[in-house]
Amino acid sequence: MKYLMFVTTDKDHTEADAAAAPDIEEWVAYVTGAGKHVIGDRLRPSADATTVRVRGGELLVTDGPFAEVSEWIAGFDVLECADLDEAIEIASKHPMAYTGRLELRPFWPLDG
Amino acid sequence: MTDARGAVADVVAAERLRIVAALIRVTGDFDLAEDCVQDAVERALERWPADGVPDNPGAWLTTTARRRAVDTLRRRQTERTKLQEAQALAELARDLTGDDPGPYGDDRLKLLFTCCHPALPMAGRVALTLKSVAGLSTRQIARAFLVSEATMGQRLLRTKNKIEHAGIGFRVPEPHRLAERTAAVLAVVYLIFTEGYAATEGEPFRDDLAAEAVQLAGLVVQLLPGDDEALGLHALLLLQHARRAARTDAGELVSLEDQDRGRWDRDRVDAGLAALAAARSTGRPPGYYRLQAEIAALHATAPDADATDWARIVIAYDALLALRPSPVIALNRAVAVAFRDGPAAGLALVDELGDELADYPPLPAVRADLLRRAGRRSEAAAAYRAAIAVARTDAERRLLERRLRDVTTQS
Repeated sequence: MKYLMFVTTDKDHTEADAAAAPDIEEWVAYVTGAGKHVIGDRLRPSADATTVRVRGGELLVTDGPFAEVSEWIAGFDVLECADLDEAIEIASKHPMAYTGRLELRPFWPLDG
Repeated sequence: MTDARGAVADVVAAERLRIVAALIRVTGDFDLAEDCVQDAVERALERWPADGVPDNPGAWLTTTARRRAVDTLRRRQTERTKLQEAQALAELARDLTGDDPGPYGDDRLKLLFTCCHPALPMAGRVALTLKSVAGLSTRQIARAFLVSEATMGQRLLRTKNKIEHAGIGFRVPEPHRLAERTAAVLAVVYLIFTEGYAATEGEPFRDDLAAEAVQLAGLVVQLLPGDDEALGLHALLLLQHARRAARTDAGELVSLEDQDRGRWDRDRVDAGLAALAAARSTGRPPGYYRLQAEIAALHATAPDADATDWARIVIAYDALLALRPSPVIALNRAVAVAFRDGPAAGLALVDELGDELADYPPLPAVRADLLRRAGRRSEAAAAYRAAIAVARTDAERRLLERRLRDVTTQS
């Protein structure tokens, strides 16, 4: 099973949580070593984002989005796991599990 | 004829869950598993009265359900070949439930952990556990939760879909996650019980839920032997369920202190005390359910409310609060303090909780009872009126109205 893991910020955590968070290098070494990591990276903030739409046959390109949000997507990883429990285990060792929030979205293949 | 029907009922009670769980493990398909077992049961009801009960009814039922699964998968395979179905067919050629795989290999345990997975919505966990583990029909579960059969069917479908789509595996969690995942299973069983326990006369389907929960707790104990919290929950539910008959009198609710203790089910009390003793003998520090079972046991062994060891009950509530701080537990502790030290002491504690529990319906009722016992009748009457306004069931409301009459008419 493939999962897209959104890495999002979350203000709701303590300094003790932040202190307990493992290093991201450790996590990357762990998932890569386990053969569970397909791809992943940080993402630039929404100030650097571009929104694309086609409406009425016209291409609309805009800066942003700039919704007032307190939580935003800071990165992503694609995990290849046997099942959800394995993905949860991997997510639970990510530093942002301590100071942010991880959302696991299963892939929905077009032929599935 | 009746013997054959009895034999079918016995084998369903003993083997249904094992066969359903094995078929779900192999096929990953809850509906297929349940339909195949149902089909096998119907066939047994047809054949056994005429042909006689087979020597090994469990094996007969397993084989019949398995053959049915093979037929269904073969038919599906001709429509569209799926790797998982081919694997399932290969697996179905082997003996499904024969060998003893040890506790963590038991399919029933895997099913329980799957149905109670924390990634599922709580209402879905409850419904699926009742359907697949307890073997209730969608109709029965719908009635128990006061929703239409279609609504409950949708809820079950969405839950099963999430299991498939999110890739929730049919397995027992890793050892280092076992304790928290067991706690999640126990929480589902406890919720089923409280849902049934809150039921009143005229709601027999809800009432059945309490009995189902006691059974489920017993199953968890059987599947996770030596788990002190599973034992604690089983003890708690047995002890509470033992009071079932005494909780109402001619359709009216009877509060614990007024219950006719001769109507408590002594066998259930004894079974509850035995489960509690087993939980204690694990030597682990008492957990959430065991502490509540300790409290229930102190009630169960007291001849009446006055002779109850309220001091030890308060100590147990202190331990519960330290483990899981909660204003609801603090309110129950306040009642115990009132019995130990008098209503004024309890009232002082209840008033401290007033803000935190402003929207908790039992709060005004508890206050009213304490005011009544303190002899502050006009204040008690006002509190009863407030409690009646937020009462959650008719029976509860009638009990409060009787109390209100007592404090307003007594000279």
